[in-house]
Amino acid sequence: MSIDTTPAPRERIDTTTPALDVRGLKKVYTGHGRDVEAVRNLTFTIRSGELVCIVGPSGAGKTTLLRCISGLLDVTDGEVVLDGKKVTEPPPGMAVVFQEYGRSLFPWLTVRQNIELPLKEKGLKKAERAEKVQTAIDAVGLTDSADAHPWQLSGGMQQRVAIARAVAYEPSVLLMDEPFAAVDAQTRADLEDLVRDLWHKFKVTVLFVTHDIDEAVYLGERVLVLSHRPTVILEDVKITLPDERSQLETRSTKEFADLRHHVYEQIQKAKQGFRPDGDTA
Amino acid sequence: MTTAATTAPERRRRRLSGSNFALGAIGLFSIGALLEILPRIGVMDRRFFPPSSEILTMLLRQLGEPGFWTAVGQTMRGWAIGLTIAMVAGVLAGVVIGSIPVLREFTASTIEFLRPIPSVALIPLVVLLYGTKIQSALILIVYAAFWQILVQVLYGVADVDPVVRDTARSYRFSRWTQFKQVVWPTALPYVVTGFRLAAAVALILEVTAELVIGVPGLGRNLGIAQSSGAVTLTYALVVAIGIIGIIINLFARYIERRVLRWHPSVRRDVAA
Repeated sequence: MSIDTTPAPRERIDTTTPALDVRGLKKVYTGHGRDVEAVRNLTFTIRSGELVCIVGPSGAGKTTLLRCISGLLDVTDGEVVLDGKKVTEPPPGMAVVFQEYGRSLFPWLTVRQNIELPLKEKGLKKAERAEKVQTAIDAVGLTDSADAHPWQLSGGMQQRVAIARAVAYEPSVLLMDEPFAAVDAQTRADLEDLVRDLWHKFKVTVLFVTHDIDEAVYLGERVLVLSHRPTVILEDVKITLPDERSQLETRSTKEFADLRHHVYEQIQKAKQGFRPDGDTA
Repeated sequence: MTTAATTAPERRRRRLSGSNFALGAIGLFSIGALLEILPRIGVMDRRFFPPSSEILTMLLRQLGEPGFWTAVGQTMRGWAIGLTIAMVAGVLAGVVIGSIPVLREFTASTIEFLRPIPSVALIPLVVLLYGTKIQSALILIVYAAFWQILVQVLYGVADVDPVVRDTARSYRFSRWTQFKQVVWPTALPYVVTGFRLAAAVALILEVTAELVIGVPGLGRNLGIAQSSGAVTLTYALVVAIGIIGIIINLFARYIERRVLRWHPSVRRDVAA
């Protein structure tokens, strides 16, 4: 279960083309005689190859936002553009890792079959599938469990399967919806390093949604801080930590503490209802 | 963090089921012994309650008769054909109705009205239509078993986890793949439960049709034995039908375990 955490040199990453463009996104839930404005106005761009974290207080509509971006939920206003194409349904260039790993994997399939199924749907040839599946399985450290069923694995390992499935799919943007909220702290640290590692190895663009400030700062190149509902972006924080990060070293640096402090402050403000647009909720 | 199952609980379970089996055998034997002694000492009237050894002897003698096996074959054939028709019809109807919300709403009250009608209430009708032909039994079986299966399939199809559905959608599974890889495996435990219930009900209705209408099979032999005063044979045939019931139930459970190896109700090992 050891993961190679030494980052490969990051090259050929085009940080100028936008992979994902969210413009004026608004989502209002209607029904039961009242409208609930979950997301008011979100605009941000994620460039190809970036690892961006979205952090917000609980109830900030993070999941709503992610479901809108992934095309699982219709937007009320504004648009989501992936690879230059407007998202109206789940787009081909996107893979989602859900928080509920136990429920998002198919218990009737083995680890290998779970990862292979989306590739089959994509129409890849058998040999190509086998190769990509094996690469993904090795990359997440599940080589020995490839033919087990998900329910025979621990929670952290199950989430690795879901991550491997998403990575093997080779999406333009990998969306992660609080993927580690349900695992214990040590597993969580391992999985965070895994995400950084995969990001380096596969040069995938990652949008990582979390409520955990430390996690957001540790993982991201940028952290988008969300306001309280109805959601807008409070701040786009650039994370200036070095590319090579380690749980022990990075988390004890002053820079990390300063960034964490700053984001924390923003979240506290958000909780108290501070809004950059001056509106009231 | 290994995938290997711990064998300790498994062994414990096996030992438990082993002792259960021994206890059950002892219980069965005790009741057999009681039913042997009571008629012999005159507590029970021997004319109507022959000792269990006589019943058993009669049953063993029946096993040597070709006519008995013909009747077993007829009963099993009616059961199998009826159950197969009910399974196919129930699963198809369940999947179609369950996948189309409008259709589900549209049929809901009709199903709730038709389902509680006891199949035996159709006996006068099938006698008029088919007399003692095998079709009479089949209609009763299919009617009784169909609802068992249909209702289970309807529940099963509706039980797809929203996260699984989102996963399938986000990976752009085609409708067919969604059905094959998501809806069907989700519904399968329900389908198998429906199958198990239907298998038992089908035997009841097959024997009822034989006994009441006179469709050829063990049930008809039972009726003839009873009306000709062959009390011991009557009991022997009842025991034979009971054994068939047990075999059918074991068969259904075997199928269940085979099909649902991955399901929490069947699988043995879950790491935390």
